[in-house]
Amino acid sequence: MGPLVINEIISENTNLLLAFFIGIAFGFVLEQGGFSSSRKLAGVFYGYDAVVLKVFFTGAVTAALGMLFMSLFGWLDLSLVYVNETYLTSAILGGIVMGAGFIMGGYCPGTSFCGAAIGKIDAMIFVIGLFIGVFIFAEGYPLWEGIFKANFMGYPKISEFLNISEGFFALILVIAAVTMFWGAEWAEKKFPREEY
Amino acid sequence: MSKINKSKYMNPYLAGVLLGLVVIAANFISGRSVGASGAIKSAIVAGVETVAPAHAESATFYKEFSEGHTGNPLNTWLVYQMLGVILGGFLSGVLAHRLTWKVEHNPRITSRTRLIFALVGGILFGLGSQFGRGCTSGSALSGMAILSLGGFISMAAIFGTAFALAYFFRKLWI
Repeated sequence: MGPLVINEIISENTNLLLAFFIGIAFGFVLEQGGFSSSRKLAGVFYGYDAVVLKVFFTGAVTAALGMLFMSLFGWLDLSLVYVNETYLTSAILGGIVMGAGFIMGGYCPGTSFCGAAIGKIDAMIFVIGLFIGVFIFAEGYPLWEGIFKANFMGYPKISEFLNISEGFFALILVIAAVTMFWGAEWAEKKFPREEY
Repeated sequence: MSKINKSKYMNPYLAGVLLGLVVIAANFISGRSVGASGAIKSAIVAGVETVAPAHAESATFYKEFSEGHTGNPLNTWLVYQMLGVILGGFLSGVLAHRLTWKVEHNPRITSRTRLIFALVGGILFGLGSQFGRGCTSGSALSGMAILSLGGFISMAAIFGTAFALAYFFRKLWI
């Protein structure tokens, strides 16, 4: 059955229309979860509010398990689902630069659009920054094209990399997530902060 | 001391399950998952192609983008999805009575300081998202959902760096 557009069950135009509705659901859930607030997002790095960790890892675990089960039931052909390419050097470098942006700006791209959508002016400024950052990358591309394309590893899954089955890795992921949730609940009690 | 009120938002674990269902729906329907920074890249390419078409034809970055895409750079899955994100966030804000014009900042810093760091943070996140071939949504969340090695590397690098630098920027938040 799935993915519907790749199996030509729906047309490319329908796919783009559904992208809009998927976006509505994505934005709605992010805002409902508190991701429109930089105070809540940054809270995870100081322990006073671990909503990022809880929502993010519950989402990742739910999606990973859901797709493995759908594959098992024959509802979703995982070999047709896009797996992110891994360029080791730029993945690490990009992550470091993004992490610095996260702690200074208090948002990530998706969440800043949610914050901007409900009137947060700091989120709007962050969005402007995003455009400037992408533009700098585009204009300076010849300078870092080499780094950007270094150490290409293909499209590996972490389970293949670790040489274990997808199901077993999912189990490890669930255990890691539950352990972190326990730590997050403890931290929120230990480092409470007033709202502002 | 005022009461610490966290009940106005959805239970985070419930929000997480719903977020996971959104990612599953995206993969089931489209064979790909959610993202945010890719839509900004499309907008930049479209803007440069309009304002400086000669530059867009000669500079490598824009040429590589055109090789991978046909038609208008704005006519992509992620652009429609991001328009939805803005509407979805807005609708949630309406329902929860959270629509306000404000600079959300720690009372220990000024609005001006908050906005300067928001701008610098945005620039860094935009730059980093291009090196990382996706941001927290497209690379980390979506990548982890499909168990991509790159997704886990992105997640660890983003959150690890933010944790490592948290001490130096503590005055912004606590």
